[in-house]
Amino acid sequence: MSWTADEMMTVAAARALRGDTRCFVGIGLPSTAANLARRTHAPDLVLVYESGTIGAKPDRLPLSIGDGVLAATADAVVSVPEMFNYWLQPGRIGVGFLGAAQIDRYGNINTTVIGPDYLDPRVRLPGAGGAPEIAASCGEVIVVVRQSPRAFVDRVDFVTSVGHGSGPGDRARLGLRGRGPVLVITDLGVLEPDPDEKELILTRLHPGVTVEQAVAATGWKLRVADPVTATEAPSERELTTLRALTDAKGSTA
Amino acid sequence: MSARIVPLAEAVAELVHDGDTVALEGFTHLIPVAAGHEIIRQGRRGLTLVRMTPDIVYDQLIGAGCAAKLVFSWAGNPGVGSLHRFRDAVQHAWPGPLEIEEHSHAGMANRYVAGASGLPFAVLRGYLGTDLPEHTATVAPINCPFTGETLTAVPALNPDVGIVHAQRADRAGNVQFWGITGVHKEVVLASARSLVTVEEVVDELTPVPGAVVLPAWVVTRVAHVPGGAHPSYAMGYSDRDNDYYRAWDEISRDRDAFREWLAGVTA
Repeated sequence: MSWTADEMMTVAAARALRGDTRCFVGIGLPSTAANLARRTHAPDLVLVYESGTIGAKPDRLPLSIGDGVLAATADAVVSVPEMFNYWLQPGRIGVGFLGAAQIDRYGNINTTVIGPDYLDPRVRLPGAGGAPEIAASCGEVIVVVRQSPRAFVDRVDFVTSVGHGSGPGDRARLGLRGRGPVLVITDLGVLEPDPDEKELILTRLHPGVTVEQAVAATGWKLRVADPVTATEAPSERELTTLRALTDAKGSTA
Repeated sequence: MSARIVPLAEAVAELVHDGDTVALEGFTHLIPVAAGHEIIRQGRRGLTLVRMTPDIVYDQLIGAGCAAKLVFSWAGNPGVGSLHRFRDAVQHAWPGPLEIEEHSHAGMANRYVAGASGLPFAVLRGYLGTDLPEHTATVAPINCPFTGETLTAVPALNPDVGIVHAQRADRAGNVQFWGITGVHKEVVLASARSLVTVEEVVDELTPVPGAVVLPAWVVTRVAHVPGGAHPSYAMGYSDRDNDYYRAWDEISRDRDAFREWLAGVTA
């Protein structure tokens, strides 16, 4: 079976989720990947959506974080203040699964404005939503984002959600209790923070992608791990399951 | 029928005034869209609109020129993309300038909790290291008086009017809702006046698992508006109209298409 770069990205992101994890899921790519994981290798994965649905088991991809299918299949439905205060803030959720409009070399995320002037932005994006506190309080963070020089920038125009700040020790200094981004999964490969420097480095390439392509799609001088490992191609089961999910996306049945 | 249950147009005329701070809430579920359209029809101006997730209904209110300021944490068309009327207002001041006060969800939720609790502010672990405090005056660091730890304070939200949609009310005006309840309870209790639009008015509120009941004496007015949450939904009554959310993307991109839509609402 052949596959697209987006499908490879989603499969790689799904594989990063273990079955014994509770995962705070953002909508879009992260939600697709988390649902794929639950339907393949991680049936016990607990999906938590910021709308207050804990342990949602949707049979089709939700279009929004508040689709009825999430509430109808959840182990518990709680109010939004309860979700953020009782469940996210104390560190009960192992993995935060986020998207990004911009991400920088230290894994900081921007979903607020593009351009240098906050009050007169080149592009006004939706804003923070739950992301700043998801990035702060989950045990660790996985980011799923398509790789391009526009998205992978040296410094984000606006820090909506903190990754590793401006380098080692910043999270502790800021009082952020989770470990921050541990994986950035793209349509080209995987980046991971250098254990000492915290700068994102290329550690894995998806099948058919070259180091040069990944470097060209990055707005800073991308460091490359030696050796770079290769992502295993999507299996037939992964692709079939993914396509069944996305084909049914947002159906109102 | 109790006097507190009134037609929607009467409730909006009575409760929502030019220049008011108004919060229409509903976290993707039970969004009081029909009430928003009634505010547009009645031509309210200069509103400070408060909402965690300004989506289609706030895009419509902003495009119609009802808003002077927006207090929010995520302004998008959920699962679809941008809010184009909101973007046009922020980027090009169309149809007028829009002041913004921007928070995170955790911050907004806690601001409503403080408002409902009669407290001046709420405390949370939030915003640390982000650029939000630099641009939002209503975010401030605070030290825990017991441990010295630095946390974040956000002021209470106490809107003039809080508006939500719910599944049903009884004839005395007691309100019941279930499913994703969002910040429904908090916004009604935090607001000076409140309006709840409901799918159904019943003789008796039979218990439903997970349901929240707001006693009639904390609700100012109830209006019977079946389908009043469309294109969002009311669990047990309707499904989210995802096609409408997708269609809105097209309508809202273009000022003329939006004007045409607006003419249909105000006609």
